[in-house]
Amino acid sequence: MYQYNEIDQKLVDERVAQFRRQTERFLKGELSADEFRHLRLRNGLYIQTHAPMLRVAGPYGLLNSKQIRKLAYIARKFDKGYCHFTTRQNIQYNWPKLEEVPDILAELASVQMHAIQTSGNCMRNTTTDHLAGVCVDEIEDPRPYCEIIRQWTTLHPEFDYLPRKFKIAVSGALHDRAATQLHDIGIHLVKNKNGEIGFRILVGGGLGRTPMIGHVIRPFLEKKYLLSYLEAILRIYNLYGRRDNKYKARIKILVKETGIEEFTRQIEEEWQLTKDTLILTEERINAIKKHFVAPPYELSAAEDQTFVLHQQENPAFATWYKYNTADHKAPGYRAVFLSLKAPEVPPGDMTDDQLDAVADLADDYTYGEIRVTHRQNLVFADVKQADLFVLWQKLDRLKLATPNIGTVTDIICCPGLDFCSLANAGSIGVAKEINQALDDMDYIHDIGELKINMSGCMNGCAHQSVGHIGILGVDKKGTEWYQLTLGGTSDNEAAIGERLGPAVAKSDVTKAITTILDVYVKQRLEEESFLDMVKRVGIEPFREQVYANH
Amino acid sequence: MQIIKDNQLTENTWAYLADDMEIADGDATVSTSRLKQHSQTLLNRKGKLGVRLTPEDSVSDIAELLPKLSLIELHFPELADGRLFSQAWLLRNRYHFSGEIRATGHFLPDQVFYLSRVGVDSFATEDQARLSSTLAGLKDFSVNYQPSVN
Repeated sequence: MYQYNEIDQKLVDERVAQFRRQTERFLKGELSADEFRHLRLRNGLYIQTHAPMLRVAGPYGLLNSKQIRKLAYIARKFDKGYCHFTTRQNIQYNWPKLEEVPDILAELASVQMHAIQTSGNCMRNTTTDHLAGVCVDEIEDPRPYCEIIRQWTTLHPEFDYLPRKFKIAVSGALHDRAATQLHDIGIHLVKNKNGEIGFRILVGGGLGRTPMIGHVIRPFLEKKYLLSYLEAILRIYNLYGRRDNKYKARIKILVKETGIEEFTRQIEEEWQLTKDTLILTEERINAIKKHFVAPPYELSAAEDQTFVLHQQENPAFATWYKYNTADHKAPGYRAVFLSLKAPEVPPGDMTDDQLDAVADLADDYTYGEIRVTHRQNLVFADVKQADLFVLWQKLDRLKLATPNIGTVTDIICCPGLDFCSLANAGSIGVAKEINQALDDMDYIHDIGELKINMSGCMNGCAHQSVGHIGILGVDKKGTEWYQLTLGGTSDNEAAIGERLGPAVAKSDVTKAITTILDVYVKQRLEEESFLDMVKRVGIEPFREQVYANH
Repeated sequence: MQIIKDNQLTENTWAYLADDMEIADGDATVSTSRLKQHSQTLLNRKGKLGVRLTPEDSVSDIAELLPKLSLIELHFPELADGRLFSQAWLLRNRYHFSGEIRATGHFLPDQVFYLSRVGVDSFATEDQARLSSTLAGLKDFSVNYQPSVN
């Protein structure tokens, strides 16, 4: 993974010093609360319902064991012994003290981490495929380009005060695992008819209260133009994006109001004027690529077959293998998912002890690297098949081996009312209730792939509008209600879910979900996934049953 | 009133000519609408001419007059209006404006490093008590990741 050079280190160190001065000035009354708000948000610091919340950047979801140990240390020393992994591959602490945040940032800087631009109206952490570099359907590893974009976006002098937040995602595989169509800019590595690899650029996707699928504005962009093209998009957005209404300030609204053809023309016109002044050279790409070379895979790894025997002898291991591991490009290796969706645990949360243990396991079994997925789980990307059985046992003891990846209990969930000042609803509590109601693993596995995404408010941090089942907390005169949607997906054929009907009361959510699952189980065709069935029959059969007694 | 220019404290020598004030000699700034309406009268005066841009203004609208201007003020009605950063970049990079570009209004000492990078070379703080922190802010970072004006 990428290692900081002197310049990178200096930049984060100077940022820590700057934020320390800013915090001091605020505490002395030299900065107003509103002035400080802009500055602290650009360092990931929110003032929340109970305490500040600090969001730490997980650069395109990639962390090493040393960094994970530091996260554990921070959780222990500055927080209540846990942290939360988010849908944008970041890490959140819910109980830091304002005065201590500069110290936390200094701790992070000591392991090449930071919280720069993890909130505020600026360019945020770039996200990517959690199987980048190891998946079998990859055109090219997206991580070097993510790092190039990370550097370009960090402290960009022209684009730090945008109309609204701005998110970029990159995918290098045939299957889009990074929800690129739902980002302000989505970037796909693609091969043109001459066999050259470049980028397909999408603009204007996004979730929140007006979910939209991104538009392709350039089917093929030569690699050398990556940054100049991004610059052109950002300049047009910065100059013309709406600033009069924060709900209409995302680039998706500018694209919609301008019209995609005119918008594309403006970008191309701007880009023609600057394209040759910001060239991404081959040398630079190659220098960054050197940080992402494959580890020294053992050529004999595929010879071990004990993992097959273990599966035959141990059904629980076989189930875990089936759901929580994925194919790997190197023979004899698998990518392993660590489920952060154990029953009783808020989705995406980890304790300090779990973090420390995971760091040790990463060193022992996967070259010391850990990835965060956008469904709030972790991945060990390079595990030898011979090690799977032992690793499974160790993960199981840590409660990180629930075999539910991609299933109905692998729920994406925001922190909700329990922690977030924006939320209308206690999403964590509802997730727990659904999880408890679905305690039969055989039933869960029979249902198969089904993605539930649940957000506690319209901001849609948990991407509910692209959940196969989406659950959105809404406030009705001070009580919690939940709006259900069906048929959303963030995959290649991205779609926004359709509203099932009137919102249901909190006490009826779990019943509604189990009813939806029953309809699916009864009416599905052979081998038909939930999403495929919704596409085939629409939402009517589900609506009838869910609202049958209303 | 003191301002910061080229990394140093100095006295402001420019007058603010409001739209309802009579046009007079001396170094003065005017609004973009007045500049467009009365450019010849303004240029015939004795003294240098400057214009005050707001975030709503378009740099391209005054492009033809730029060679005759000595100062462009970028006025921040609020600190978060980032359009002015792109305006500065456009003035320097696209229109090759070589005169003074001055930030005015409500901006923070914490933004002047960015502003200096996109080509702003003088700063008039609303609050004179912030002059020293503004001067210090120009040195917040000694490294950067992207090319810009500076």
